[in-house]
Order: sequence, then structure tokens, then C-alpha cells
Amino acid sequence: MNNSSLSMIFLLLAIAGLVFGVGVVAISRRKARVVPQIQRAAPVEAVSQVATTDVVVEAAEVVAAAPLSVRDRLAKARSSLSGAVGSVLGRSDVNDETWLELEEALLRADVGVRVAQSLLGALQTRVNAKEITTPAQLIDALRSDMATQLVGTSRDLNFEANLGAPNIWLMVGVNGAGKTTSLGKIAAQQIALGRTVLMAAGDTFRAAAGEQLSTWAERSGAQIVRGAEGGDPSSVIFDGVQSAHSRNIDLVLADTAGRLQSNTNLMEELRKVRRVAEKGAGKVTEVLLVIDATTGQNGLQQARQFTEATQVTGVVLTKLDGSAKGGIVFAIETELGIPVKLVGLGETIDDLVVFNPTEFIDALFE
Amino acid sequence: MFDNLSDRLGGVFKRLRGKGRLTQADVDEVMGEIRTALLEADVNVGVVRNVIERIRVQAVGTQVSEALDPGQQIIKIVNAELIAMLGGETLKITYASHPPTVVLMAGLQGSGKTTSAAKLAAWFRSQGRNPLLVGADLQRPAAVEQLKVLGAQIGVPVFSIAGDPVATAAAGLAEAQRLGRDVLIVDTAGRLAIDAEMMQQVADISKVVSPHYTFLVVDAMTGQDAVTVAKAFDETLSISGVILSKLDGDARGGAALSVKEVIGKPIAFAATGEKIDAFEQFHPDRMASRILGMGDVLTLIEQAEKVFEKDQAEATAAKLMDGEFTLDDFLDQLQQLKKMGSLSSVMGMLPGLPKEAKDAQISDDMVKVTEAIIRSMTAEERRKPEIINGSRRTRIAKGSGTQVSDVNKLVKQFSEMQKMMKRMGGGSGGGGGKGKKGGGRGGLGAMFGGAPGGLPSGDIDLAAALGSRLPPR
Repeated sequence: MNNSSLSMIFLLLAIAGLVFGVGVVAISRRKARVVPQIQRAAPVEAVSQVATTDVVVEAAEVVAAAPLSVRDRLAKARSSLSGAVGSVLGRSDVNDETWLELEEALLRADVGVRVAQSLLGALQTRVNAKEITTPAQLIDALRSDMATQLVGTSRDLNFEANLGAPNIWLMVGVNGAGKTTSLGKIAAQQIALGRTVLMAAGDTFRAAAGEQLSTWAERSGAQIVRGAEGGDPSSVIFDGVQSAHSRNIDLVLADTAGRLQSNTNLMEELRKVRRVAEKGAGKVTEVLLVIDATTGQNGLQQARQFTEATQVTGVVLTKLDGSAKGGIVFAIETELGIPVKLVGLGETIDDLVVFNPTEFIDALFE
Repeated sequence: MFDNLSDRLGGVFKRLRGKGRLTQADVDEVMGEIRTALLEADVNVGVVRNVIERIRVQAVGTQVSEALDPGQQIIKIVNAELIAMLGGETLKITYASHPPTVVLMAGLQGSGKTTSAAKLAAWFRSQGRNPLLVGADLQRPAAVEQLKVLGAQIGVPVFSIAGDPVATAAAGLAEAQRLGRDVLIVDTAGRLAIDAEMMQQVADISKVVSPHYTFLVVDAMTGQDAVTVAKAFDETLSISGVILSKLDGDARGGAALSVKEVIGKPIAFAATGEKIDAFEQFHPDRMASRILGMGDVLTLIEQAEKVFEKDQAEATAAKLMDGEFTLDDFLDQLQQLKKMGSLSSVMGMLPGLPKEAKDAQISDDMVKVTEAIIRSMTAEERRKPEIINGSRRTRIAKGSGTQVSDVNKLVKQFSEMQKMMKRMGGGSGGGGGKGKKGGGRGGLGAMFGGAPGGLPSGDIDLAAALGSRLPPR
């Protein structure tokens, strides 16, 4: 018997083993599962009005103070859509080429096939009905359709002022998305707003992640609770919350290790982190999924899985100052209803700003 | 998760069956499906356009015979095209005659440079080399610290001095020469391709160490931007190859195809897990089927070969075919299976699994429960599960901390599996004749495709557990 047929049999056996294990256990699992399936965190009603306004004002100031506006910085890398728009506008009518160019432009921004086709499909109907006749009208309609789909969502960071216990904001995401850096920037901004902040170094896996966060704690003036490398992230965060509560600290920013959403065990661990974080005095008022702007279609899968495990309340889109457009967040927000709350536009603390949908879309078209 | 290409094409081809020849319109429709599949895998739009054109040329006029499924024919064409694109020139590491051989790592922030640098160092060690790591990422807080921790884990020294990255790199080279290390790996800070100042810095680093190999680390989850980034880095550094990171996730990794096509440089390594040794040389054929969503069968076979011991395997095979396969043997197999990696990664590599199965929460806990049940049986029960009666069942359930119904299901499914194996034992002799791996792969897919459906599945719980029946194939 040759080798390949041999391994085929074992493969089959392995599969049979799998089929077996799955059959038995999936059922017992299903019975045991109490965690509801995908469910968005209920909107927090008691959000402090003053506080949320502050966030917005702060962001506005940040934008004004920066040498370049958000729009300018987004446009710094020449937008991929701009070429297509120019070419579409250069024609006297709307034809097959027009649609192809617009679709490719949307795809190049990582918006995704399905979203691109649904956006353009709606427009095609209107063109056929002679509602839209010129290329200029078409571009305007596309722009306003996209904007409509993004407005109407609250992008304020949820902070409950009268909780009597620390608010907990949890940072989650895949490896290298920028969780620790974003956390550091958020800490600095919240401290500038007059809140007291404690960082919980829940990334006990990656070498020196704790040191990285410590540096941010020093820079921002936040307190920090760290655990042993390789230790249990849940207990580090729990300790952080307890210690914040006893010191009357307003906000706990909890870092977690990067993990790929397909890794079941690590996602289980994250589920536990969220559960245990609320075992003590605090309350998780924000779960921020950090997504790198260069991420392609896998971003949607990330958002789904992380939401399923931790009820994500908002997205932080990082590295938007590069050449990537971050179009996947359009799909995440419109298909899964998770608002983009913050965008990262550079390396300094002030470069993390409130997401502005109009500017985001404009940047695609300029 | 996305539908895979064969599912996508299945629907189209059902209508085409019986046609003698694919018409232009048929081909257009098929090409549309392939285009969508490639785009959803994050292959660059421009690259997709070119690939589709090439595939179209080959597909038009393809004979459709009754014997050959047109879907398979097209998939073969697409697969071959992708393999050709991803493969071609491979990167072979040759060592400098005047050591050290210098390797420079570059890429965007968060792409995985530091981890890859350490993994690459471990790989060089496994090749009998003595690398030195240089931490020239002085930008990100604690990046050097991270490299030092990783270096300590793999027993590779790490050199870095605070201040200027270019000076650190230069000093690192001198240090390697002084210590007689034969490979030098320089980790650099993440940078955006459009940041002129930072790109100049990495060009300066490159100038002072004159690397023999410059690797661009690309995240497997990267979208359309991969091409822009790769072009920019290639123009600045003239890269020699790509390291594809985070390939253990569920991203299709179309970026690999885009980068290869646009800058024409080979993909040298792929990082396939969190552990330091989860790093291997790149296999274009496997990546092709992954991009198409058709599983990574070859990797699985190889892993199986690595893990399963041959003698034991042959003995088990014989038992299996004779229907003498007991729960003890099954337990053994489960142990072996566990060695192949996490169940979800094994599942991910299987082609033709319904997506309900892939999405199902497959965790290693499930194996544990199955194991617990079997381990709570007496030796006799394991040999002859049919003797398990009510009181034995209760005892086993108690012993394993499960429900009586779980024990029931396990016993029932085991006997179904035994029957199935016996039937297959008779049939698989014919399949064994296929000597080539390629042939084996097709056969395997087909066999597996048939296996779950072939179960007397009315009362098999898998389907119910997974929420729905297997899709028609």
C-alpha cells in the first residue's frame, strides 16, 4: 500500500473522529450554552450628556489644532476613487464603462463586492428610470447614498458618570491592529477631559506588551495594573477593576492580547475576560474592536466573531493615514450595525479622532 | 464565511450540464462567479481583471463531456492558473561567502515584523545557523523588549542600542562579525509606505547593512492596499521576497496573489500560528486552493504523515477494514488527531465541508468530552460497545460527567461509523492505485465529499447538531 492512499485512510479516520466528536458534543454544548448569540449591547441610556459633548468638543479642537484637517490627511494618499470619478465625470453620459469604473473604485477601497453591487444596483435602477441622467448626478447620488447609510448612529464613547463604580472599556482585535497604541491614546484623551484612568494590561501573551502599555501609562499619567506574563488575562483585568474601584478611579481601559477570530480557544478566553471584568464593582460600557485600515474582506468576519464573543459596541479604525481607505468599515457598519467611533490618523496622541462619516466619504471621492 | 468557489460554480454548472460546449454567455457567467470569489478573497481588482482574462481564454471552447464535470474542469483551470501565478520562481536561501548573511525585515505597522523576525531566526537555527537579531525598531514602545523576550525563548542573542535605528543596524552588523554569527536579522519599525521620511530611514538602514535578503512582511488579512504597499517597499528597498503573516486565521489571503503578480517577487515564508515554530516555507499550490476556498488538503496530508506513525497506522488500517476497530483504537486516533493541531485548524483545511460544519464551534473540549466518555468505560465495553445496557450507561455518564443521552449518541454513532468503515474498506483498494499526490487529492476530496452523505444519516446527529443538512454537491 503506498503512502498517499495510507494517509488518505487516516485522514478519513480523522474526519470520522471529528464527525464523531462534533456530533456528540455540539449537542451537549448547545444545551449548555447560556450566552445569547449575536446580540448588540443595549444602548446606554444614562450616558452623561456633559461627558459625551466633551468628547466631541475635544475631538473638534484636536482637528482644528492639527496642521492638516482630517480631510486633508485622508486625501494625502491620493484616493483610488478620485481617478474613477474624474473619468466618470469626463464622459457625457452614463454607460457600461461608468458602472465598471465605479465598481472597481469601490472595490479598491475594500468596500467589498456585495456592498459595491448593492450601492450601484440601487443607482442603476434610478438611471434606468431616468431619475439620474448625467454622470455628475450619479456621483452625487452615490456619495449621498453612502452618507445616508452611515449617519444616524451615535459615535460617542459610552461613559456612565453616575455608576458609582468604574466604567470599563475593553479593547479587542486581531494581532497587530493597534489595540495597545489606541488604548494609550484614548487614556491620554480621557485624562485631558478630567477623568481618572487606570490601564489593565490584559495582554499577558505577547512578549513585552505590558512594557509597551507601561510606557503609555507614563506618557499619559494613567495608573496601571499588570500581571505576570503568561498569566490569566481575566484576573489581571478583574484586579485592575477592583483596584480602580478602591481608588475611586472613573475609567478602566482594559487591553487584551491580539487574537485571530478563528481561534476558538482564544475567543473563549475573551468571552471569559468580558464576563469576569464585570464580576466586581465595574461595568463594561464600551467594547472597542480595533481594525487596521488595510484589512480586507476578513474585517467583516472579525467584526462578526468578536461581536459574538464580546458584544462589540464600536470600531476603532487605525492607520487610516496610509494609502488604505478602510472601506471594510462601511460594510461592518451597514451590515452589522456596529458604529465606527474613532479613527487613527497618525502616531501622536491627538491623531486619534472621532469618526466623521461625511469626511470619510468625501475623502474617498476627492 | 464565504461560499467556496466550487459551491458557487455548482449552481451555474447544473444548468450547463448536457451542453456540448460552453458558449460565450455561459463562460461570462462562470467568469463572473470566479471574479467574485477572487475579490472576496481580497485579490487586487487589477490582478483579478488580468487573471479572469487569461482563464477566459482557456475556458472558451472547453469541451463539456458527460464523463467530466464542467465545474471540475473550470476549477482545474483556475487552480492551475493561480498556482502558476503564485509559484514560478521560488526563493532559495544561499548563504554569503563572507558571513554574516544579512536579512532585513520591513513592513507596515502591525504586520508582524518582530514576531516574524524571531520566527525566521528560529528557522535559521533549525537549518544549523547561528543568527543574531538586531532590534532597530526604536519607534514603538517596548518593541526591542519584545524581541529580546522572543530571542531568549529561542536562544538567539538580540542586539540593540538606544537612539538611532541606522546606527543600531550598523553596530549590529559589526557585532555579528565580532561574535562570528553567520546570519544577521534586522527588525525595523513599522512604517507607512507613503511616509517619505520613514521610507528614507529604512533605505538608509538598508544601505548600511547591505542586506542579502530583504523581506516584506505582509498580513494575510490585507485588502486591496497590499499592492500599493508592496510596490512602494519594492521601489525603495528592492525586496527579495514576502513573508505572509497571520495565515492561521480564516482570511483567504488573496493579498499573496496580488503582491506576487504585481511586484513579481516570490512569497518565501508563511507564518501559520502563534507559536515560534509555526513558520514554514511557502507552498503555492496550497495557497491557490485556499484562495479559492477549497481547503488545504496537502498540508493536512503532510501533517497526518508527520504525526501518524507508520506501523501503527498500517495496523489500524487493517483493523479498520476488517471491522475490528474498537473504541480503544478510536481513542488512539483521537490522540493522534490532537497532535495535528487544534481541531478548528484541521477542520479549516478540509475541503468540501459544509460551511455549517466549519462555522460550528469546534473546540478541543469536544474531543475531551468524547475521550472522557470512552475512558469511563471498562475494557470490555470498549471492545464490545453493544453490551452497554442501562445501568452501564448511567455509570459511564456519571464517570465522565456527561448525560446518559451523550453516551447513547456516542455509542450509536460509533457503530454507524464502524459500518461505514467496513463498507469503505472494501472500496478503497481501487483508490489506492493513484500514485501521484495530485490524483490522491482529487480522490480524497471526492471520498470525503461522499463520506458524510454516505452515512445512513437519518439518525446521525451531526446534521442536526450542525443546524442543517449538507448542501447538494
